[in-house]
Amino acid sequence: MSKKVSKKDLSPEARAIINSQVTRRGLIAGTGAVGAAGLLAACGSGGSDSAGGGDANTIRWGNWPLYLDYDEDTKKYPTLEAFSAESGIATKYFEDYNDNDEFYGKVQAQLKLNEDIGYDLVTPTDWMAARWIRLGYAQKYDTANIPNKVNILDSLSSPSFDPKRESTLTWQGIMGGFGWNTKTNPKGVRTIDDLFAPQNKGKIVVLSEMRDTIGIILLSQGVDLQSVTEDQFMNAVDFMAGKISDGWIRGVKGNEYAEDLTSGDATAVIGWSGDMFILASENEGKFDFAIPESGGTISGDNFIIPTPVGAEAKASAEKLINYYYEPAVAAEVAAYVNYVCPVKGAQAEMEKIAPELANSSYIFPDDAMSAKLNVFRSLTPAEESAWAEAFQQAQGN
Amino acid sequence: MRKISTPYLLLLPGVAFLFTFFILPIINLAQTSTQTPVGGGDTGEFEQTLRFSNYLDAFLENKEQFGRSFVYATIATLLALAIAYPLAYAIALKGGKLKNFMLILVIAPFFTSFLLRTVAWKQILGEEGFVVPTLRTIGIISDSTTLTSTSFAVVMGMTYNFLPFMTLPLYASIDRIDPRTLEASGDLYANGFTTFRRVTLPLSMPGVVAGTLLTFIPAAGDYVNAAILGSPNTKMIGNVIESRYLKIVDYPTAAALSFTLMIVILILVTVYVRKAGTEELV
Repeated sequence: MSKKVSKKDLSPEARAIINSQVTRRGLIAGTGAVGAAGLLAACGSGGSDSAGGGDANTIRWGNWPLYLDYDEDTKKYPTLEAFSAESGIATKYFEDYNDNDEFYGKVQAQLKLNEDIGYDLVTPTDWMAARWIRLGYAQKYDTANIPNKVNILDSLSSPSFDPKRESTLTWQGIMGGFGWNTKTNPKGVRTIDDLFAPQNKGKIVVLSEMRDTIGIILLSQGVDLQSVTEDQFMNAVDFMAGKISDGWIRGVKGNEYAEDLTSGDATAVIGWSGDMFILASENEGKFDFAIPESGGTISGDNFIIPTPVGAEAKASAEKLINYYYEPAVAAEVAAYVNYVCPVKGAQAEMEKIAPELANSSYIFPDDAMSAKLNVFRSLTPAEESAWAEAFQQAQGN
Repeated sequence: MRKISTPYLLLLPGVAFLFTFFILPIINLAQTSTQTPVGGGDTGEFEQTLRFSNYLDAFLENKEQFGRSFVYATIATLLALAIAYPLAYAIALKGGKLKNFMLILVIAPFFTSFLLRTVAWKQILGEEGFVVPTLRTIGIISDSTTLTSTSFAVVMGMTYNFLPFMTLPLYASIDRIDPRTLEASGDLYANGFTTFRRVTLPLSMPGVVAGTLLTFIPAAGDYVNAAILGSPNTKMIGNVIESRYLKIVDYPTAAALSFTLMIVILILVTVYVRKAGTEELV
């Protein structure tokens, strides 16, 4: 998952409108488009524009919009600037990774032919990263260039799609759990039974991100997400379909669930930490978020160096990855994006720059929290299609 | 060599445009609709196997959403007709100097994005809008009844969004009615209702047919209203096609569904226009 921040600057009305019509990715795309020209004009820290080729000394990084610390006043990315100054490696930062499928469609043909795709570094979400690895489109890191690799959080260090993190490292993580209105759910929502409590009937919204919603249902059924079978998955989908047809779940949505919560149309949700973090902080005490007792999900967007990238550029990209795994740098990014910081030691650094965020378990999951977070295993292409189809059909599509 | 006549030259841009952006995509869509996934291939990899049963499978799997689409579109069209006819009648015959201003008011919603207008309905019908609390206070709906995420909301949204498409053709044909025909009807001792039934309505039929078509066809394929105002239990065929294309990455089924929708609409429209009588319409 990705993005955020600028939502805070909008009026509640504007945010409600935006939230209600677009998915999380869409929101990113929308806000990204507005700021893109300015951001792109401001981005990069020197370096010549090498059309097509790829220049070993300029790293072209395609990332989700609003997903890197940005200084409104100077129109620059402070951490990226600092990296260039320190390493002498120039960067071109593109906020044009708006959608996993869309981006994949755009570069797939070149990847197949092993031709330059225009990026030395991209950040696909876990399941898409899995596809890149499966198809051999992701290069293995030279770990000598990334000593900070050891800083990755334990809960993220061994996903099934890249058990040794040989070619991916998490950029930011996002948790899936329960969000609720504290007035209608004064005791909170911590189990699936709390979610489907009578006061929430017809006012429950769950995420349209399959791995989060079904993941949380599976966890409540005692299923390990690392070894989930098709039967178990379909059973969980049936559970959701039943709750939809019985009128418990009113919607299966992306980012828009936040608007349903604020408008009162929803009283309990399966939602994302980042959104709930913002909602909770903006509506004093009206909303709360927790990871289910039976466990929540965690997913991430991952640094990937595409296969066509040459050796020198690859080494430079690795240095950039290493730089963002410095705890101090990671803290600076986390203070801006407010998503799960994947880097150990960043919390201590956060104390220095934004102490109020250092204790947020949304950004820095403590041990108890980490133990409750689960990564969905990667799926085979056949599973990916069949499971997505079942999930879509359960929501009437 | 014969000289190419000017009319054909004038047709050229239109034909070229339609060929590039309609005929070619349709051919592509037809090809896609009979493909099947490559064995052992990755997501989104399909090969041509001329599997025509894709159509039957796609239809049977989604007949509920097909039925819903046509039921919702029919209700929305009838509601829009019921609202737009008096409106167009009033503007055309009683508008006077304000006629143009009133027409602008009809078109005004188009100045705002379709999405925003639909989202606005979500706010209006939402828990914190004024409609739900008001209806609850006067006891029309119970405390547990909500209006959003219902088929009611979807049909209302469709009716509202397509209303101008109904109003404008109706206005155009009512406005064209020669007032002397109405006077003549009165002279022949017809009362107001008879005049409407025997003179105004038949003369405005081209507008009724054009308006209902312009409303029904996009409404049947609409998915925005169901996506924003509906629930999983009110999904229409447009939502299924969207999800097949963009979420499941199942292009053949999406293409087969698109084709089926097109054919069903074509049949319905043909039957309707035949029944309504085409001669006077153009």
